[in-house]
Amino acid sequence: MSDALIFDAVRTPRGKGKKDGSLHEITPIHLLKNMYDALQERNNLDTSKVDDVVLGVVTPVAEQGSCIARVSALYAGWNERVAGVTQNRFCASGLESVNLAAMKIMSDQEDLVVAGGLESMSRIPMGSDGGAWYMDPRVNNTVQFIPQGIGADISATQMGYSRKDVDAFAVRSHQLAAAAQSAGHFSRSIIPVRDINGVIVLDHDETIRSGTTVEKLSALKASFEMSGKMGFDATALRKYTDLEAIDHVHHAGNSSGLVDGASLVLIGSAAAGAAQGMKPRARIRSCAVVGSDPSIMLTGTTAACEKALQKAGMTINDIDLMEINEAFASVPMRTCEELKFDMDLVNVNGGAIAMGHPLGATGAMLLGTALDELERRNLSTAMVTLCVGAGMGIATIIERV
Amino acid sequence: MSTDMNTNNEQAVHTNLDQDGILTITFDMPGRSANVLNDDLSDGFTAAIAEIENNKDVKGAILTSAKKDFLVGADIDKVFAIKKPEEAMTLADDFKAMLRRIELSGKPVVAALNGSALGGGYELAMACHHRIALNEPRVQVGLPEAKLGLLPGGGGTQRLPRMIGIQKALPLLLEGKSLRPDKALSSKLVDELADNKDELLSKAKAWCLATPSARQPWDVKGFRFPGGDSKHPAIAQLWAIAPSMTNAKTQDNFPVVIDIMSCVFEGGLVDFDTALSVESRYFAHAATSQTAKNMISTFWYQLNALNKGASRPKGIPQTTVKKLGVLGAGMMGAGIAYVAAKVGIPVVLKDISQESADKGKEYSAKIMDKKVSRGHATAAQKEELLALITPTADAADLAGCDLVIEAVFEDRGLKAKVTQEAEAVMDQEGVFASNTSTLPITGLSEASARPDNFVGLHFFSPVDKMPLVEIIRGEKSSPAAIAKAFDFVLQIKKTPIVVNDGRGFFTSRVFTSYIAEGGLLLQEGQHPRRIDMAAIKAGMPVGPLTVLDEVSLSTPLIIIEQNQKDLGDAYEAVGIEDMLVTMVRKLERAGKKDQKGFYDYDAQGGKKLWSGLAEHFPLAEQISEQDLEDRLLFSQVIESVQAFEEGIVTNVADTNIGSIFALGFAPQHGGVLQFINAYSMKNFVARAEELADKYGKRFTPPALLIKMAKANETFA
Repeated sequence: MSDALIFDAVRTPRGKGKKDGSLHEITPIHLLKNMYDALQERNNLDTSKVDDVVLGVVTPVAEQGSCIARVSALYAGWNERVAGVTQNRFCASGLESVNLAAMKIMSDQEDLVVAGGLESMSRIPMGSDGGAWYMDPRVNNTVQFIPQGIGADISATQMGYSRKDVDAFAVRSHQLAAAAQSAGHFSRSIIPVRDINGVIVLDHDETIRSGTTVEKLSALKASFEMSGKMGFDATALRKYTDLEAIDHVHHAGNSSGLVDGASLVLIGSAAAGAAQGMKPRARIRSCAVVGSDPSIMLTGTTAACEKALQKAGMTINDIDLMEINEAFASVPMRTCEELKFDMDLVNVNGGAIAMGHPLGATGAMLLGTALDELERRNLSTAMVTLCVGAGMGIATIIERV
Repeated sequence: MSTDMNTNNEQAVHTNLDQDGILTITFDMPGRSANVLNDDLSDGFTAAIAEIENNKDVKGAILTSAKKDFLVGADIDKVFAIKKPEEAMTLADDFKAMLRRIELSGKPVVAALNGSALGGGYELAMACHHRIALNEPRVQVGLPEAKLGLLPGGGGTQRLPRMIGIQKALPLLLEGKSLRPDKALSSKLVDELADNKDELLSKAKAWCLATPSARQPWDVKGFRFPGGDSKHPAIAQLWAIAPSMTNAKTQDNFPVVIDIMSCVFEGGLVDFDTALSVESRYFAHAATSQTAKNMISTFWYQLNALNKGASRPKGIPQTTVKKLGVLGAGMMGAGIAYVAAKVGIPVVLKDISQESADKGKEYSAKIMDKKVSRGHATAAQKEELLALITPTADAADLAGCDLVIEAVFEDRGLKAKVTQEAEAVMDQEGVFASNTSTLPITGLSEASARPDNFVGLHFFSPVDKMPLVEIIRGEKSSPAAIAKAFDFVLQIKKTPIVVNDGRGFFTSRVFTSYIAEGGLLLQEGQHPRRIDMAAIKAGMPVGPLTVLDEVSLSTPLIIIEQNQKDLGDAYEAVGIEDMLVTMVRKLERAGKKDQKGFYDYDAQGGKKLWSGLAEHFPLAEQISEQDLEDRLLFSQVIESVQAFEEGIVTNVADTNIGSIFALGFAPQHGGVLQFINAYSMKNFVARAEELADKYGKRFTPPALLIKMAKANETFA
């Protein structure tokens, strides 16, 4: 079995996922092309040696449809021998790509794989692919569907996190992200997005608000109270029968933002890296996915982390840094509390509340962020985890080499 | 030229072709008061459709009926008899095929709704190219199938959304709501209204003549659902929340809810003929469900039987109450006065002071004011109703009353006093009834000079909303007195059940077992919220702790203490005596009326579990949700069976309907005894024994059930 080594990780800056977002006028495939160009250039890569592209896209329709993994590699001018597969594990898709690539390498079936993700949320709105999950009333009812935001509110209610607690976490995310941005902590991974002429369209994450305070956030209306009252709360309360009511604490300001972005990670065996003259930065120690409570959908992180630790023969004390995706403030709060980890070592450069969550791309972005920070602090291990729609969790442990 | 194809009176369907080529098809089933969709009707109708299709002289057709109603649905006997899904699908497919021929004939066919068109009757109307309804308030249009756990199997779940849009069709289908003509017109369930039968037929004919070739919108290429099909973003959003919205009310206890949604959702993704076939599959799913069987047997067969007099003593001529006396103008008395006046009965409403009596009358005024403000009644109707109620403090005004109902405090002495007072002046042949909820009638009748004319009439609060009255037969009550009480209950448009005398009669006794089980669970350390939620999920309208707060904890405490006094050593403890004493006396938390009981109540009507509850009833190991639900239902069911064994209730219909209409017992099970049938007698006995082992001998299956299980019998 080979080690799955990480040679490089690149990402776009995250552009606001609305009509007025900087990346809205750039096609999703062009976002990816920027990343392919960078990987090839930075590593002087012979693309004919790349076996496969594994790409996570959560809404793989329209411009993001029809196996964009393969088509984007061709569009980027990579060798026609590079295969491609698009997969969807909801919010875990980006990290799932990394894990699948790692398994390909570890199993010696492939030698060099590009893993990553893509989501242009401003152009392809979340949910525009539909799905039996929530559209088909029989399926919806069987799985007791409730939107993830209400799941986040349930989770906060269960854990006793007040509106103030989650808002304070949101402020932390913005402050840490702003500090990291101005200190240039993202510069190794961020590749500015350029248009067809090479003109820079966006070179920084554009949704960070350094001036946010708990007071300002307190003015925002809870996002899920109305749909909760319309019926989703009742479904939740039928399931969580020791809860009397759901405290709706999440809103746009303490949940992950809708953004556009793409990310790619180059993963391969030691031999394949050496053949290309590339220096490995880290290896993937273990990875895990789990199924978890399908109604809250946000509690799989802890179990996934525990599974990954166990597979790696490690304990939480062996982890130096964590990236826990900030889908909603209560997710990193609960995960950190359940794992008894030090919050000061979680999302040290902010997270998706400040910078947004380009669904399919986020996991691979977090991996790059964690790796950059390990190197900056000269630490060894990091664990990346994300909560996943329909109740799943994913985790990956990396270790510098 | 006029042909009279078929005027034989033995036929269910008559046709008449006029000189303009309009074929009028009239449903008029011989020997029945209403038309019903059965083989007789479809045979005749199929022939008439062939006439439309094949006779070149027929230019268009009008469907109407010679009965009061147009057509009020399918033959329930036939649906109830369905055993296998394939039978249900064939039944639905055959009906659909017939309807499809109407809409594909190419000739205009108009439904002239001279009366109510419900269920299959309205499905038939939807298959016509145009619908005109007679504008009379008695006429109702709609698809009420869901109320019996069924869904429209004749294309109703497909045509309605294609006519009015998915968003508007869903609630009508799910709630089984019927609409009066004006509402049916504004909701586009019908296209036109007519003021009388002549206008109805002439409008129908005019439409036929103006529309030489007719096609349904869904048979025209490029058809689009009004408001979008199931893929449309707004509708997709609706689908995401629709199950939650409906189940917030129905607790996922009625499989037909999702069956209807599946028909509409899936039907909104495929072509019309495929959609019809999909509907048949879900129709079969619903029709063969245990829930539909439960609901049909109880809400159709048993309820109809009760309302037709099944429990009325035989051989006694029908009576009507001409003048009613009501003693005590509190909430119950005032409510009884209102429901009687509403059907035109003059009422003397007596209380100890004129002021109290006036206040009781005011109750009716308030209800009518609300109705007037909502347009459900006119000011004149309000005055008419109020004029029937005479508030008084003088017993002499009871002269001429042929029924007097006392609704004074539950105090034997007081009841005796008002009984004698009333009997002195009322019609000497009249019946005196006590609205007690727990005191045995035989004992109360000792105060009466005419105990054979003394009965119990147990109303439920609020009287104007609750559909049931429990008639209690004292040891001396004569059959004629019971018949008179029975007729009165029907006269005020409520459903009567007749039970024998005993402590708590039937309904109060079962209610006590329900709240007692809730209290026991709390004492055992089960989470109070879990207790209430388990009851709600099991199908009860209100959890036992909430209901205790609502009726006040002092009510059962007073009853229990009365029983202890009455029975002495023979008193059997319910198990919650100490808990009630603690809550009412020690903690002074008697319930909602004091804003504090198990819950704290705020001014906005919100409630929150009292934070101190856990201190007095500390949480213990939590039992499974299934055990919680079963304990709360089995306790009521077993108590009912005991009442049945003891002869308090004497027939299945009274027992099932009583449990649902008075107590809200999980309607999806069709009542306390049908619950056992559906569970299967043997399984019920086994589960009861299991619960008895785990939780106490109150769950021990009564001997009657063990006997019935051995003999493979059911409650029929």
